[in-house]
Amino acid sequence: MANEIIQAGLANMAFIEHSTENFENYKAHVAEYTLERAEELTGVPAEAIREVAHAYAKADRAMISWTLGITEHHTGVDNVLSLISLALVCGHVGRYGSGLNPLRGQNNVQGGGDMGAIPNRLPGFQDIENDHAAREKFSKAYGVPIRDRYGWHLTQMFHGMETGELKYCYIIGENPAQSDADSTRVRKLLGGLDFLVVQDIFATKTAELADVILPGSASWCESNGTVTNSERRVQRVRKALDPPGEAMDDQWILAELAKRLGFAWDYPTSEDIWNELRSLSPMHTGMSYARLEELGGIQWPCPEDGHPGSPRLHERLWADPVQGMLATFVPVHDRPPFEATDAEFPIRLTTGRRLESYNTGVQTEKFTSPLHVGEFLELCPEDMERMNLEDGEIVRVSSRRGAVESPVRTDVRLRPGLGFMTYHFPDQVDVNVLTIDAVDEKSGTAEFKACAIKVEKLAEGEQTMTAYADRELVAGD
Amino acid sequence: MSDPVMMMPKRMVELEVDGQTVKVFEGETILDACNKVEIDTPTLCFGETLQPKNACRVCVVEVEGARVLQPSCSRKAEAGMKVHTNSERVRASRRMVLELLASSVDLSTTSVAPEYLEAYEARPEKFGPQAPPDTHRDHHRAGHSAVTDGQLAATVYQGIKIDNELYTRDYSKCILCYKCVDACGEQWQNTFAISVAGRGFDARISTEFVVPLPESACVYCGNCIQVCPTGALMFKSEHDLREEGEWREEEQTVTTTICTYCGVGCNLELHVQDNSIVKVTSPPDHSITHGNLCIKGRFGFQHAQARDGAKK
Repeated sequence: MANEIIQAGLANMAFIEHSTENFENYKAHVAEYTLERAEELTGVPAEAIREVAHAYAKADRAMISWTLGITEHHTGVDNVLSLISLALVCGHVGRYGSGLNPLRGQNNVQGGGDMGAIPNRLPGFQDIENDHAAREKFSKAYGVPIRDRYGWHLTQMFHGMETGELKYCYIIGENPAQSDADSTRVRKLLGGLDFLVVQDIFATKTAELADVILPGSASWCESNGTVTNSERRVQRVRKALDPPGEAMDDQWILAELAKRLGFAWDYPTSEDIWNELRSLSPMHTGMSYARLEELGGIQWPCPEDGHPGSPRLHERLWADPVQGMLATFVPVHDRPPFEATDAEFPIRLTTGRRLESYNTGVQTEKFTSPLHVGEFLELCPEDMERMNLEDGEIVRVSSRRGAVESPVRTDVRLRPGLGFMTYHFPDQVDVNVLTIDAVDEKSGTAEFKACAIKVEKLAEGEQTMTAYADRELVAGD
Repeated sequence: MSDPVMMMPKRMVELEVDGQTVKVFEGETILDACNKVEIDTPTLCFGETLQPKNACRVCVVEVEGARVLQPSCSRKAEAGMKVHTNSERVRASRRMVLELLASSVDLSTTSVAPEYLEAYEARPEKFGPQAPPDTHRDHHRAGHSAVTDGQLAATVYQGIKIDNELYTRDYSKCILCYKCVDACGEQWQNTFAISVAGRGFDARISTEFVVPLPESACVYCGNCIQVCPTGALMFKSEHDLREEGEWREEEQTVTTTICTYCGVGCNLELHVQDNSIVKVTSPPDHSITHGNLCIKGRFGFQHAQARDGAKK
């Protein structure tokens, strides 16, 4: 698309010259990606690519939104970089109705990162390794020295378990035993830890591997605090229910744990915790609970009381002169999925989500939605016919890592050689036994979106799974 | 999301409502003007997140110089307008609308109905006792309705539809305000699972070919329930509690929080009774989704209260 836009003379040269760098290199780099080449690589007709490219370039305002289809590849970071370059070519950034918008998959993915729950940042997105002043500030406030090195991301943690460097693990509100790629390996590693604590609202498959389970609260309705959405808007969550039985507020659990480890945290309220954060994170400083209430949420950065928040980032690129760094074009190459299809594993499996369900189904299997239909391998009509498969038939689906039984059904939206599954019903069909943990080196994200599988009919008596037609389809049974 | 750059300056227009001078922005309605000077105006089909439908006619007002009464929810305020909201003509018209509705529709869960009926001295009983239920209403075809003798008041009864575990449809309570159709269709959800079938008194809200919801295009966002003013569309949880005589609205708390399921940040109003969520709504005036949710936000709360009390 970028090459077509440049060749057609639709690039926003005024913006490119004013606000970016490395355009000439980028232009030379993408020149090899003609419409014909793009059609060959993607299977999308050249004319369709041309039409979208022209529409995008000519639009007064245009936004690119994406989810995991871009990032869950071993080239996830490259994919995002190419979207950024495309937006820069047209100047579709930093203005009302334009921009790049990664849609977050959970209510607080953004907030978790902003609060320092990522291995390379302190709360407020302050760099652990390179920001000496920030480290000093946090060391002083927390009363413990903050070390100047990055932690491990998830993929590195599993690697650490493999090498024996990681022996203890405390998991809060996540179900990696079912949600991570190549789950046979993941379960073996979690099961091999010296000590595993799981804090969750359900006894998940991960919790079953734990030495200690701490029943926590459903934070969105049984606790007070904040979450931050995709548009960086911090909003209040409020307690509407008391947690059941012995389940406790997560904040209480952590404070209690601290007490037993010899620190007196005095059970702070969620507002106390928030105010401490405001004192350490400049981009949150202006967001008091009162203002969050009054304004229905505030978008960071909001550095001081009275600041309205920032609906758009990167407006600085339009300032004259540009404030701060220029935006850089980063040329990237097309790289196919890590695992190629071949004669033995001829189908590419991509995983995704369905409207009514959520990840491993821990939360969504509890509601009796008419849309819950259980797990299926979906294939295009041509593949169904070629393999002589019928809708609802149970087949064996295998990859180089494992095999599962699954019902199969037709989906006319797919193309030959491409299969689709979700992992919403892992207790029925354990899809992540199939997926590959080939990871993007920069982000650590596994390639859930592409692995090679084969589909086989089952011989008489081989089938262990009950066909859906004979049973209630509602999940949780 | 509004943007300061995009907002055009607006002129003010001055009009007179019941003798009071009111200034509103150009483009605002007579209803907006009435609200500004705290003149109570009954509304049923008006939805703050939907375009005016002019279906119920209960909000009509008299505008000097206009031949007929004007629906205040859609008629734009104009400079120099003289509006009367409490003339005998307005009161008679509102009374007639309420009497016709109350005689043919079950308004038992329309929260504003008792107040309106009293305020306008409506006597729906004057049309005679209600006709026996017509269980074939859902299959009436144009021109096939029998003409009655006028001794009984015909109703829109058709029996409650419970075809899924998430929400119920009791069109005996439907005033045909069209809000559910507009919310399901092009104004919000773009799903088009329901529409108006039949004409005249036979008109009713229906799925295509009257199929049950699970066979329709419905995606269970529940945005139709959000806008329904009469309780014709109702959470199954609310319906069941009402059936058991356990629906106690006065004891319920309503807490605004954020949906757990994705990064959009939809605001949820959790209606809680006896430490259980019994209904979920969303604030219509919030800029993120204007009262709209998806199936997970609207109905996906059950996991929170489906936990075993005691765990190790």
